[in-house]
Amino acid sequence: MSDHRQPPVDYIDRTLAQYEALGYPAYSWATNPGTPPWADVAEPLERSRLGVIATGGIYRVGQTAFTHHDDTTFRAIATDTATSDLRATHFAYDLTDAHRDINVVFPIDPLRSLADDGAIGELAPSFFTCMGGIYSQRRVRDELAPALVQRCHDDHIDLVLLVPV
Amino acid sequence: MGLIARQLEESGIPTVTMTCARDITEAVNPPRSVFLDFPLGHTTGRAHDPVLGRRIIEGALAAFADADHPGWMSDQSIHWADDDSWKDSVMRPVASGTTDIPGSDDERSPRRDTPQYQSIDDASAAEKTHGDEQCLVCKGVDY
Repeated sequence: MSDHRQPPVDYIDRTLAQYEALGYPAYSWATNPGTPPWADVAEPLERSRLGVIATGGIYRVGQTAFTHHDDTTFRAIATDTATSDLRATHFAYDLTDAHRDINVVFPIDPLRSLADDGAIGELAPSFFTCMGGIYSQRRVRDELAPALVQRCHDDHIDLVLLVPV
Repeated sequence: MGLIARQLEESGIPTVTMTCARDITEAVNPPRSVFLDFPLGHTTGRAHDPVLGRRIIEGALAAFADADHPGWMSDQSIHWADDDSWKDSVMRPVASGTTDIPGSDDERSPRRDTPQYQSIDDASAAEKTHGDEQCLVCKGVDY
């Protein structure tokens, strides 16, 4: 069936076309030309503490859900939370499968199983979640990102897996 | 997510960014990224397929060892379906001309600035938690 394959979806071009059709001003995508910053991996995964930051609007039952309007707060979700207590809210992606199985946007079960098997040294005490699709890059840069970086250091996290939607 | 990746790396913590949107991630240009050619909303797998989910996460985590330069990106080479016809309908412009009001053809949900719970029970649970001694919001360690 390889002849039926298509290249990856051109989300940027399709979003621009959609905004134009809707009569909106052109969406300004984040671009970062040049060489990105780089931290060396000090220890292999099996001797590291792994954290996760996911932007799919995930929260635990009992936590306040995210708003859908430039919400720059985050939630800490203990990594021993029951999978059945996890929820997702968002405006920008189809939540049907996330509501059936949160692991499609928040891979808590595979990560627990890999940690149990020793492939990961240990999981951080909490994973962090926030909203994606925040229009204000300034607020992400000045509020959300520094707060998350601080929490990762407070929790002595060695490596972070980033899971957008 | 690109801003978060960059600030983490600048602070000394290595990151791997998973993505189903190759062009957006190439523009954002994170230090290490792993592309999975799945529809949005499935960054880490398919519902109720734990074997695939584990394979996808193993593939992503391998980037911590395999990536050898800033801007490195790998492709998981896992397909969503037997063919790629799901891509045909992704974000195609809506039919124009039905109205002249900007945004009225927008099928996305409105951007409400109050908490948006998955269910009414979740709203009650959050309300119950808030204010009691277990409340992490009140303890200042959570929202």
